[in-house]
Amino acid sequence: MSDEYKDNKIEAKSADSSSGGYAPPVEHIPAKEAPEQELYHAKSFWTKWVFSQDAKVIGVQYALTATAIGLVGLVLSWGMRLQLGFPETFSFLGPATYYQSVTMHGMIMVIYLLTALFLGGFGNYLIPLMVGARDMVFPYVNMVSYWVFLAAVLVLIASFFVPGGPTGAGWTLYPPQAILPGTPGSEYGIVLMLVSLSMFVIGFTMGGLNYVITVLQARTRGMTMMRMPLTVWGIFTATILALLAFPALFVACIMMTLDSILGTSFFMPDIFTMGEKLKTGGGSPILFQHLFWFFGHPEVYIVALPAFGIVSDLISVHARKNIFGYRMMVWAIVIIGALSFVVWAHHMYVSGMNPYFGFFFATTTLIIAVPTAIKVYNWVLTLWRGNIHLTIPMLFALGFIVTFVNGGITGLFLGNVIIDIPLSDTYFVVAHFHMVMGIAPLMVVFGAIYHWYPLITGRHLNQTLGKIHFWVTFLGAYAIYFPMHYLGFIGVPRRYFEMYDSPYMTSAIGLNQFITIAALIVGFTQILFLYNIFSSVFKGEKSERNPWKANSLEWHTSDYPPTHGNFGKELPVVYRWPYDFSVPGSDKEYIPQDVPPSQVSTAKAEIT
Amino acid sequence: MFVAIIFALVIVGSIIFHFWSPWWWTPVASNWGNIDDNIILSFWVTGTVFVVVCLFMAYCVWRYRYRPDRKAEYKPEDKKLEFRLTLITALGVAALLAPGLVTWNQYISVPKDAMKIEVLAYQWGWNFRLPGNDGALGTTSVSLISDENPYGLNPEDPNSKDDILVMDADLHLKINQTVKIELRSLDVLHNFYIPQFRAKMDMIPGIISYYWFIPEKKGDFEILCAEYCGLGHYVMRGRVLVDDEKDYSNWLARQITYEKMLAQKSVEKKLLIAENKN
Repeated sequence: MSDEYKDNKIEAKSADSSSGGYAPPVEHIPAKEAPEQELYHAKSFWTKWVFSQDAKVIGVQYALTATAIGLVGLVLSWGMRLQLGFPETFSFLGPATYYQSVTMHGMIMVIYLLTALFLGGFGNYLIPLMVGARDMVFPYVNMVSYWVFLAAVLVLIASFFVPGGPTGAGWTLYPPQAILPGTPGSEYGIVLMLVSLSMFVIGFTMGGLNYVITVLQARTRGMTMMRMPLTVWGIFTATILALLAFPALFVACIMMTLDSILGTSFFMPDIFTMGEKLKTGGGSPILFQHLFWFFGHPEVYIVALPAFGIVSDLISVHARKNIFGYRMMVWAIVIIGALSFVVWAHHMYVSGMNPYFGFFFATTTLIIAVPTAIKVYNWVLTLWRGNIHLTIPMLFALGFIVTFVNGGITGLFLGNVIIDIPLSDTYFVVAHFHMVMGIAPLMVVFGAIYHWYPLITGRHLNQTLGKIHFWVTFLGAYAIYFPMHYLGFIGVPRRYFEMYDSPYMTSAIGLNQFITIAALIVGFTQILFLYNIFSSVFKGEKSERNPWKANSLEWHTSDYPPTHGNFGKELPVVYRWPYDFSVPGSDKEYIPQDVPPSQVSTAKAEIT
Repeated sequence: MFVAIIFALVIVGSIIFHFWSPWWWTPVASNWGNIDDNIILSFWVTGTVFVVVCLFMAYCVWRYRYRPDRKAEYKPEDKKLEFRLTLITALGVAALLAPGLVTWNQYISVPKDAMKIEVLAYQWGWNFRLPGNDGALGTTSVSLISDENPYGLNPEDPNSKDDILVMDADLHLKINQTVKIELRSLDVLHNFYIPQFRAKMDMIPGIISYYWFIPEKKGDFEILCAEYCGLGHYVMRGRVLVDDEKDYSNWLARQITYEKMLAQKSVEKKLLIAENKN
């Protein structure tokens, strides 16, 4: 294929000019295999900024929508915390409202905030820029993906206003309870939730195909898979997981919708309730749990893997050092992704499934700890002998390491089947998953926003506000969730509207009040952060090009901030990995990916 | 400097909190004390990793903080180090998993001499059923449930007749008597959980799940439903009272069998009919 095109000349020119050092003697880059496709060029305001097909705009749209619905989730958590810290004080909080808040908070944060933000937001913005593409491969489908996501969010919001309110079935939506009258929103709320989730999956699939195929097919010349920034690896692998896992959620949603509306019995066994036997029969509630967690566990990594990738890049750039053990990091991401499909039933140790499953799932679950631990070691080893700039992105990356290790080790408790027996369904679980898939990924989200905000807007976020934001969020969140584990040890069960005078609870009243106050403070600090984001668009300090002196392609676009088409007339050609910082022998402190060896002839960079 | 110190303080504070926290588990009252041992083992192994990794991080932040004249090391890989770390981690994980699986095997292997007790959960309360002298529980079906037959017992099953029905949220157990509890739900998921016994299992309509334990301490323990079951989840409490031999027999003597209950109900029915005729 390659010799059909004249472009060969470009790399032929540089091929004879390299010399010395560790650099390859010939700057070999593959020829263009296909001519570039013509991009869609938007003309009007509407097609540029609203119904946009530009992945960068779509990414921002995803991020803003996810943040908006995330705010709803945040406010709901305040309702819960007020009730738990100060029961019988707030009359507007009955058990129904409480359970609805618990449910909607969980679902919003996991699906509509974190998944949408990492994949839809960061994925859209960063993948084409980082792999050197002009846009996603299917820009139109990408646009539709966002609008379906928005519709899913609107349906979710609509469920707050139907008779009976939103579902209060817990975010896991376990049947039969989810569609029986003992649960709030069991008539309309649950159906809207299921419809909204189904729409989310449809919208996501459109976006997800884009992310995967863009990474596989649209990388620029020289950008081999093993030269991709770990951010792209994380989002890429997470998207594959999502494409394989979300169908399980989708069918579960469809089946439960049918159970709810048409009276089928996919998940409904013989049930005796309210003094009579229901007409249902023969279904299996555990089947739903298997489907849900077959999606639900990979979902944890759908959130975690992009965070792993992004934080690797943040640490490397801000410590001015290559990420330690890049290849190991890539393989760890891939192995974690693969293993995440064979551990789902560790959420079901006490579900009443065949107890012999416990042996298998405990083993696979604890095996995942090995590649995960390797990633942690490599992050801290990247700091070792680095030159660490304590910028705000770096602070958040450090906060991520602490919260992630903390939440990770409690995963070793819960993954070990016998230890899960006393701890499951207690506050230990709540503390664990908030630490590991709430706070830790959010630390990365915040770090990433401080890091890439200049790329998006051309301005920096306010540093003082940023520092306040980091310290309050990190210390506050740690103060919320670290002691919460100990509530679980006492045996305090989760999803209790009130404990009354249970002997377990009386000793923990003060602790619960403390947690509530900390949660309110941390919550309000996020509003400060949002203020910073919006005000800095206009008032922020102007950012020079590539302010963090990073190597990856997104900082080396022809226009800064990048505009339609991302790169200039010619797509960049990649000669190295994105981690050539502080290369020995080089007169430059960092060598961007598109700098050919001939321009840094004395650099003793390793071949990547 | 400041940043490294705060991170180190967070770690030190966590250790202090762990050892001086007033919030700790309730004294174990069953044979499952070895679950606590597993937790303690996990604490030491994983806690050490947490402290070492995070303090190392704080050290790096302090030692390698930005200086204009410093140049970071360039070292993409160190295969030997990576291999060693992988091996140590794998060994640590195995050390946690192996004793855990041994205990799990005990947890799911019910001793032959265990007394069977049925726990029946519904929205939102608890009932219990004990086998009579035959030591066996009669079979049940949801479709048989009626006012006369609240447990849905199979009247054809000879084992049903002497089953003892405890239609009350208080269950009495004899101290040191091994029990296998058979968990049954009429409507939605529930979970029979007593924090002091450490054991737990969901109850699923249509399926009978189980676990076993030996109550080893006399006392009054609260039953909590530990699987969300709707609006009344948080009020779904009950009590287990662990008695000595004498108190237990006294309590048992006051309970009613299925046969007796049928007889009573039919008497009531006859009376009712008689009243109506008058």
